[in-house]
Amino acid sequence: MSSFPSIAIASGKGGTGKTTVAVHLAAWLAGRGEAVQYLDCDVEEPNGHLFLKPVIETAEPAAIPVPVVDNDRCTACGKCAAACEFNAVAMLKKPMVFTELCHGCGACTLVCPVEAIREEPRGIGTVETGQAGPIRFAQGRLNVGEPMSPPLIRAVKNRRDPAAIALFDSPPGTSCPVIAAVRAADFIVLVTEPSPFGLHDLTLAVETFRPMDLPFGVVVNRADPADLRVQDFCRQQEIPVLAELPDDRRVAETYARGELLFDRLPEWRDRMAELWARIEERL
Amino acid sequence: MKVVITSSSQTLADPIDMHFGRAKFFILADTETGRATAHDNAQNLHAAQGAGIQSAETVAKLGAEAVITGSVGPKAFRALQAAGIQIALVEAPCPGTEALRRFKDGELPVLDSPNSEGHWV
Amino acid sequence: MKELVVISGKGGTGKTSLTASFAALARKAVFADCDVDAADLHLILQPEVRRREAFVSGREAAIREADCAGCGRCAALCRFEAVSAVARDSDGARVFQIDPAACEGCGVCTWNCPATAIDFPERTCGEWFVSATRHGPMVHARLAPGAENSGKLVSLVREQAREAATESNRDLVLVDGPPGTGCPVIAAVTGADAILVVTEPTVSGYHDLSRVLQLAAHFRIPAAVCVNKWDIHPEMADRIEEHARSAGAVPVGRVRYGPEATDAQRRKLAVVEAGDSPLATDIRAVWQNWLDSTAESGEKKSP
Repeated sequence: MSSFPSIAIASGKGGTGKTTVAVHLAAWLAGRGEAVQYLDCDVEEPNGHLFLKPVIETAEPAAIPVPVVDNDRCTACGKCAAACEFNAVAMLKKPMVFTELCHGCGACTLVCPVEAIREEPRGIGTVETGQAGPIRFAQGRLNVGEPMSPPLIRAVKNRRDPAAIALFDSPPGTSCPVIAAVRAADFIVLVTEPSPFGLHDLTLAVETFRPMDLPFGVVVNRADPADLRVQDFCRQQEIPVLAELPDDRRVAETYARGELLFDRLPEWRDRMAELWARIEERL
Repeated sequence: MKVVITSSSQTLADPIDMHFGRAKFFILADTETGRATAHDNAQNLHAAQGAGIQSAETVAKLGAEAVITGSVGPKAFRALQAAGIQIALVEAPCPGTEALRRFKDGELPVLDSPNSEGHWV
Repeated sequence: MKELVVISGKGGTGKTSLTASFAALARKAVFADCDVDAADLHLILQPEVRRREAFVSGREAAIREADCAGCGRCAALCRFEAVSAVARDSDGARVFQIDPAACEGCGVCTWNCPATAIDFPERTCGEWFVSATRHGPMVHARLAPGAENSGKLVSLVREQAREAATESNRDLVLVDGPPGTGCPVIAAVTGADAILVVTEPTVSGYHDLSRVLQLAAHFRIPAAVCVNKWDIHPEMADRIEEHARSAGAVPVGRVRYGPEATDAQRRKLAVVEAGDSPLATDIRAVWQNWLDSTAESGEKKSP
């Protein structure tokens, strides 16, 4: 492991406070003088920028390679269409490519016996990098209507600065974009809330991350002393509870305005300090 | 002329299937001889994606010059156009025999743009 | 038959809580939980499963270690970083392994393996169910952890719900949609009669709403907007409704911030079933307004 760890912040369910935890952890680490980079991998709904307000310095298209058929060379053998698992190439009079279904695997190009297929990039979104004060910033924005997010998530993660602590703000849920976001992280912070929905989605997330053999811990956001089912679940499952962030309408109001909490609720600095200490002892 | 009718069963007596891409059967009929053969489309019915495209490929391989169905999504439409296959539409489910008769009499409108959003993407 | 879809853009805005209340208020409806990645509607509607089916989609590659010659061609060809080398215990030679979570199912490694050591079986990606609830039939699903939420399962759930509606002679399908703007959402909204976006008056809610309304416009589906927890930032609630109007969507009401939503959830009830409350009054009004707005937009599409 490099001296700078990477931490993925994830949640089984959306809206539990994942971005809140990620941006405050980034801001707290930066305030302590640490080199830190925030990478927004929630490319369908990237929101970290609303709080960190970065100055964007670079914006580059992210693309996947899709096939283009040279009809003069093509002998219409149909091998390309047969090789495509995603039905993105149809063998009609000549092969016809449906780039919106293409996963960019290269099967058709490889199988073509007469080298009639070359690849060209198809844009699926944008990777932006910049600086939010001392925090290095990167995010992906998936084009609206674009179904394929994992390649963009990988492109965002490729912007990782090896000389900084990396925080990956992951998409919610447990399906393949989440896996793309948390893969190769040194630690996963799972943010949940003490509602039946929160607990249910946490159990799904635990089922997903357990087999990946990555260490993880739980942050209970909007903690309610009257409902300790999440904490009980974590105890049974031997999952460390890294922090309990109390339910507070002022947090919701400050979040609503896109402001960081430290000015209005300075105790959040101590909470982030404790959270980081708990993460650090597990790295 | 060879025509494909999308069908929920293997015979022309039964109603046609209104969805081209995920039709259960394709019935290939010859308008001159009246001969008809059924072809299973189950493989495309359950395709993860691109069912319409694969169905168009199947219809092209059957050698059809026209297809009679209820709705065609955007990708299947492009594929059928590229294959030079005409698309004739029925507005409501009716027996395949009736659809075929109306097609022969020139009563069915020919589709010049996709009329379905596709099931997804 | 009418198909109404509730989505949110941003997660956690209260979409499922509202949908559960709508389920209790709707007459002669069938419910579809298309948030297959984090399905929660069943926690309120408590379905009794009547039919259970495996969901198989695509394939995944698996290397038979005993037959692997360790040449590494698979790793060189894989574009999804799914293949990695490991040491074989017995002789120290390297063999390759495929991480199923990263495998895209393209098959390139399988037919390029010189030792034909790679299998390519079908992949079971989850399960789907047809159930009975106290308010009507429900179709729901569960995606396997880490599986690709391609939208196919979402389409399947919608299709089954429409079938269930036909069979049980019900004329409304109410869909709890997934968050985001990607593949599953596209699968949930294409061809629907109307969508309701449940948002919240936060900078994130505003940001995600504009993306989701672009999507609705792209697919030409009439959209309505409901601002949940509106009173945590009233000016933002105004701005959201203004933005919704300018994007061609209809604001259909606001629901206030309150503990009743979580309290009802803990009792396995929809808010409108958990007794009278200001929240319940708000939700009833939103449901009625939405129904009225969809009646006005009328004959949008043929079945």
